[in-house]
Amino acid sequence: MATIDEYRTIVREGLWTNNGVLSMMLGLCPAMAMTNSATNGLGMGLATAFVMTGSAMLVSIFRNHFSQEVRIPVFVLIIATMVTVVDMCMNAWLHEMYKVLGLFIPLIVVNCLPFARIEMVASKKPILPSLADGFFMGVGFALALTVIGAVREISGSGTLFADASLLLGPAFKFLEMRILPEESGILMMILPPGAFLATGLLLVVKRMIDERSAKSAQAATAPSAA
Amino acid sequence: MSSQRTLVHGLILGAFCLGFGMLLVLTNSFTENDIAQRALEDRQNSLAQVIPASIHDNNLATDTLSLKGDQGNEVVAYLATKEGKVTGVAFETASPGYSGAIKVMLGVDPDGKVLGARVLAHKETPGLGDKIEVKKGDWILRFTGLSIGNPPLEKWKVKKDGGQFDQFAGATITPRAVVKAIREGLQFFDANKAKFMEFKSSKTETAGANTAVAPK
Repeated sequence: MATIDEYRTIVREGLWTNNGVLSMMLGLCPAMAMTNSATNGLGMGLATAFVMTGSAMLVSIFRNHFSQEVRIPVFVLIIATMVTVVDMCMNAWLHEMYKVLGLFIPLIVVNCLPFARIEMVASKKPILPSLADGFFMGVGFALALTVIGAVREISGSGTLFADASLLLGPAFKFLEMRILPEESGILMMILPPGAFLATGLLLVVKRMIDERSAKSAQAATAPSAA
Repeated sequence: MSSQRTLVHGLILGAFCLGFGMLLVLTNSFTENDIAQRALEDRQNSLAQVIPASIHDNNLATDTLSLKGDQGNEVVAYLATKEGKVTGVAFETASPGYSGAIKVMLGVDPDGKVLGARVLAHKETPGLGDKIEVKKGDWILRFTGLSIGNPPLEKWKVKKDGGQFDQFAGATITPRAVVKAIREGLQFFDANKAKFMEFKSSKTETAGANTAVAPK
């Protein structure tokens, strides 16, 4: 059985140290194509997180039933089924959200991140840790996409979480704000080049934070070593 | 020996395909009706924006007429009728914009005047070309009430091309495409006007049939 510590590691890895976009650099296609606003990033991230959790669970349940030789087609089958199920359910019951994200849901199939986590974790571990890994990796992915989207949206169109109420319901109207005056944004940031710039900037920021915390950890252990 | 193992792998894979295929069938049967319903609502919503509710008493989304467009493509027209008379026609018209086709839903009254126009789908540059959307600006509303003749055909262009419609800062290609789509839509209406008006006579029967079916 997995201990609390193991779960803590899963959470930390998914959200920060092994973050899908900012550390493993997987799933960069949706991370760049879908993040011209924080809302779009969040929606794409949530859909991906859902697919990752579900497919991790399914793979883990069946992990002793398929042979090594056919595991790759089985993974592809499971992810594709999950994506199609999400696509149909959203179309039927979350139609407003589907109109915003619908075009991009099928893209989750070609995202490397769910596939990588299934191969690395879910096909080897019991159900609960696999489920937790899929979920937190997905949430980490959603967070990264939301932050990239927020950076691009603020600098590009001067708003933050515009149209969030379309995605999450009218209760989330308060999220929609205007940070910079109208027409003052740098248009390039919401066009494709902005995706590369924003992702690169965030990678730099993450590395800087990691380096600083590594240094302070070293400083803390140094006296005891001496 | 190895052919037997291949067979086993094949069977395993086949079993998974069958299982997940069944899951998809189940999901499809659960969501099918809702999805059809949503698609119908979407169409009704976009139709309601270009055909005022006051001028018709039929179901726009179901009273349709398929016609051949200029390029041999099929155009589905939605007919608004009131007491059996055609009071308006709505159909989709499209023109290539800066990136990809801009689709416009156009509502036209029997005199060939625009009842309303709305952009349904486009891939124009966000922040520049997307002012053609009604939620980003009221530019598209200026077409309401206009027809071929008012302004005259040669003025159905953006100002840069010597016409009478404003382009917006930084974007000429997008408004040019929308003006062209609407102009061609109106010409399409004029070319097929007789067919639309004919619909009136056959309409009374269908309308009667519709109301007869509805209470069931």
